[in-house]
Amino acid sequence: MKNIKILFALTALIFSDNLLAQDAASKGLEVAKAAEKADLGFGSSVVDLQMVLKNKNGQTSERTLTTRTLELTEDGDKSLITFNSPKDVKGTATLTFTHKVGSDDQWLYLPSIKRVKRISSNNKSGPFVGSEFAYEDLSSQEVEKYTYKFLKEENGIITVEQDPVDPKSGYTKRLVQYNKSKGYRIEKVEFYDRKGALLKTLNYGNYKLYKNKFWRALELHMVNHQSRKETKLIFGEYDFDIQLTDESFTENALKRAGR
Amino acid sequence: MNAIKRFGNKANRFAIKWAEFVIKYKWPVLIATIVLAFGLASKGKMEFDGDYHVFFSKSNPELEAFDALQEKYTKDDNVLIVLSPKNKNIFTKENLIAIEELTAESWNTPYSSRVDAITNFQHTSAEGDDLYVDDLSYESHLKTDEEIQEIKRKALKEPLLVDRLLSKDGSVTAINITVRLPGEDSAVEIPEVTAFTRNMISQFREKHPDFDIHTSGLVPLNTAFFEYSQKDFMLTGIMIIIVILTTLILTRSIFSTISTLLVVLFSLISAVGFLGITGIKLTPPSAVFPTMILTLAVADSIHILITMLQKMRKEGLSKKEALVESMRLNFMPVLITSLTTVIGFLTMNFGDVPPFWDLGNITAFGMAMAFLYSTTTLPALMAIFPVRTKQRVVKAGSENRGLYTRLGAYVAENPVKLSIISLLIIGLMAFTATKNRFNDEFVNYFDETVKFRTDTDYISENLTGIYNVEFSVGAGESGGINNPEYLRKLNEFEDWLNEQPEVIHVNAFSEVARRVNRSMHGDDEAYYQVPGNREEAAQYLLLYELSLPFGLDLNNQINVDKSETRLTVTIENVDSASMIAFSKRAENWLKQNTPEYMHAIGVSPTLMFSKLGFRQADSMFKGNIIALILISLVLMLALRNFKLGLLSIIPNVTPVLVGFGLWALYKAQINTGMVIVFGMTLGIIVDDTVHFMSKFLRAQREYGYDARQAVVYAFETVGKALVTTTIVLIVGFAVLAQSHFALNSYMAQITLIIISSALIIDFILLPSLLILTASKPKAVATPEKVQPQVIKS
Repeated sequence: MKNIKILFALTALIFSDNLLAQDAASKGLEVAKAAEKADLGFGSSVVDLQMVLKNKNGQTSERTLTTRTLELTEDGDKSLITFNSPKDVKGTATLTFTHKVGSDDQWLYLPSIKRVKRISSNNKSGPFVGSEFAYEDLSSQEVEKYTYKFLKEENGIITVEQDPVDPKSGYTKRLVQYNKSKGYRIEKVEFYDRKGALLKTLNYGNYKLYKNKFWRALELHMVNHQSRKETKLIFGEYDFDIQLTDESFTENALKRAGR
Repeated sequence: MNAIKRFGNKANRFAIKWAEFVIKYKWPVLIATIVLAFGLASKGKMEFDGDYHVFFSKSNPELEAFDALQEKYTKDDNVLIVLSPKNKNIFTKENLIAIEELTAESWNTPYSSRVDAITNFQHTSAEGDDLYVDDLSYESHLKTDEEIQEIKRKALKEPLLVDRLLSKDGSVTAINITVRLPGEDSAVEIPEVTAFTRNMISQFREKHPDFDIHTSGLVPLNTAFFEYSQKDFMLTGIMIIIVILTTLILTRSIFSTISTLLVVLFSLISAVGFLGITGIKLTPPSAVFPTMILTLAVADSIHILITMLQKMRKEGLSKKEALVESMRLNFMPVLITSLTTVIGFLTMNFGDVPPFWDLGNITAFGMAMAFLYSTTTLPALMAIFPVRTKQRVVKAGSENRGLYTRLGAYVAENPVKLSIISLLIIGLMAFTATKNRFNDEFVNYFDETVKFRTDTDYISENLTGIYNVEFSVGAGESGGINNPEYLRKLNEFEDWLNEQPEVIHVNAFSEVARRVNRSMHGDDEAYYQVPGNREEAAQYLLLYELSLPFGLDLNNQINVDKSETRLTVTIENVDSASMIAFSKRAENWLKQNTPEYMHAIGVSPTLMFSKLGFRQADSMFKGNIIALILISLVLMLALRNFKLGLLSIIPNVTPVLVGFGLWALYKAQINTGMVIVFGMTLGIIVDDTVHFMSKFLRAQREYGYDARQAVVYAFETVGKALVTTTIVLIVGFAVLAQSHFALNSYMAQITLIIISSALIIDFILLPSLLILTASKPKAVATPEKVQPQVIKS
């Protein structure tokens, strides 16, 4: 009789624990979905940005880029990034089709040889042109790419743990802070590497509200705690009125972008 | 002279007063010294530092250059795990699965930033305008036999893998774990990495018994330094037992043994307190300080105790009288020999190798304390203990004395012959000594019982080199590394390096440029050359940058400003001289064949160690001269005789020549650890000279003996004591010679040889010279009546 009671108690405990876990997972997913929904419908955008790399000794190097983004709902977004400086890489451009499932498609245009190269790689954990941002940090944040766990809500800031689904991700988890009252915009992300140690922190700053709906941080600051390197992305004004279409995201568009 | 004489008398009276004071207030003195010793000990802190950087002073130019390079690029340490499957073929499904598994697990290593293996190697192939970048073998369990053959084909022609992570025949491979230690506390960080990798490897072994595993790299090197400093520290235990046995045999008295033990232990714990106060962290060379202190400190006590017991046993003095008399006779000799030893050890500070500064300072402090305790704690304890002796019939000792007397008489009769023979032998040895060659191959610092050594040897024989040299080759301007002219020159340098016989592998940026160029042209081998214009090179570099995997960025090879690239040459195990010569050759090639901005100097830990011995020798030279001058001065003062002080230089310097001469016949390779022995042994062997000469002088001054008689007298009175203390020293250094760490064991071995030679020289050459230089006895032995001398034993 006593044993049965204990068994009962244990089952209840495990069950409730399970329930809690499920609860946290669905709550986390809800937040991610809410954030996605809040940013839905921006259509397309163009922005110039400056990328400042800083090493542990404070030496810096700079690049300027233009990013064009086309919002897609069925599949991931399309983006076209053009390098404007330094001079010797001016006109070099990449075109990326993000996919909700599987590896992304990527093309690269090199003006020096005037050719478009298709790059097939599932190397999403690698750094983006020497910065502390990995591809996976910059590519569009599709809900399907993570599993979620709601952690806490404090003063309107919701912290959700996101575990990447892709085994090739460089992370075991990300802790993302959403600002509930500001359209679930992201304030801060902490990245944990494969051994579970804190690798990087990304802070979003200088937020600006466009069209009364879309929050865009005009400054992203990524700090790598292990290499003590930093990368800052400083954005110019977003242009949401440019009305880009699929035509602006083709191999030909890629070549044109480079001019 | 009179002033000094008065000083001598004063010193004598002072010693008597001191002894009487200590005996009278034996309990307070004992308690005071206990409080002092334990007070110091309570500040004690024993910490070890295994980081190889400890061997280099902050101002070491090789370290500065290497640090500068590491500042420009990424600073990494590594663990290299080498896997040798029993079937001698990496490329089977089972083996690839196992490698992939261990690679995945290696990512969990604390502080790891990158794991490189053949399986996760980013292989690039091109088909027309399509570029494929992928792990060489991902999800190996899904691969077909054909695919595995394809992987093998690709891997074996990959210049970034072969001779680095893969042997030419595909039978041995390695996983390289790059760790980025925060460098806050290497005594915590390094063991953490080591514990993890060891555990990981032992689990892997259990699961895959078909692999032989060897480990090397900078982290295991640091670990070996760390563990062997602890092991050498543990020699202390053996040394304590030896102290007990020697004292027991020499004094045949339990109480004397206990007192001696307490004195040396007090000295030891005081030195530990010194460690804590100064914040010194122990390293392999400095971790032997306890053995040093025990060896040297025990001599003080033994001198005092033997005289005391002799006075009681032979002359029938009461305990107190014997104690006072022994203190009177030994106070100054013990003070002077302690002083010379302290000077000898302090000269280590002139060197350029910080662990030896520590060893010198700790031991010097310990010796100063040993002097204090030998003249306070020891007599106090002996006054307290109920020491009883039976007065012996003098006969027991007379046989021994007979031996020394006979030896003295023999030397006294043949001074010319013996001098000539000795000087000839010494001259010959001094000549052979020049045949010694510096070698500071750090792998060989460990003997073959050490796993790090055997594993590293295995790796050098079967996979790749452990030694390397790095060059940071400048391009003259920001972004200049994309200048085709620069790339061409760099490529030429790479080719030249590859032609050098000792070179195993070259990792240069020009190789990257060639590789990307080929990829951009559909893998056409004709394009495996550096790009022809700057935009092309810059854009290829951008593409390459886009293809780098997690944990890698250009900064491993290119500085932030893109104005310099790092070139790493892996070379075979060669000795230090060849290493330095190779680096010089490469530097000269750059000077002769490239524009000035491309000139670079070779740097690496290997080179730093290679130059360490030379640097230490240069810097110690001045220190040794100063030690010699200071110690000779002390001698002149103590003996109150300028000529003999000058003469003492011969028996003090020649043992070192003989030592290194014999060493040339024995090993002929000398390392950084041996550079310090001149100053150190000088401080020790000078004791023999002091004792012998003072007896010689006393015989002349007090008894009016001529030189020959005085020599015989010196033999009779101190012969046995010198043999005894030499035995104690030999035993102590023989314990140190057991170290598996060559800086310590070589140093101990040569010290052994030097100390033994010193005794022989003091018994043969010194008395011969004393007789020969004193050929006009009437002039030297002034009839003037002199008070008892400073130095008596």
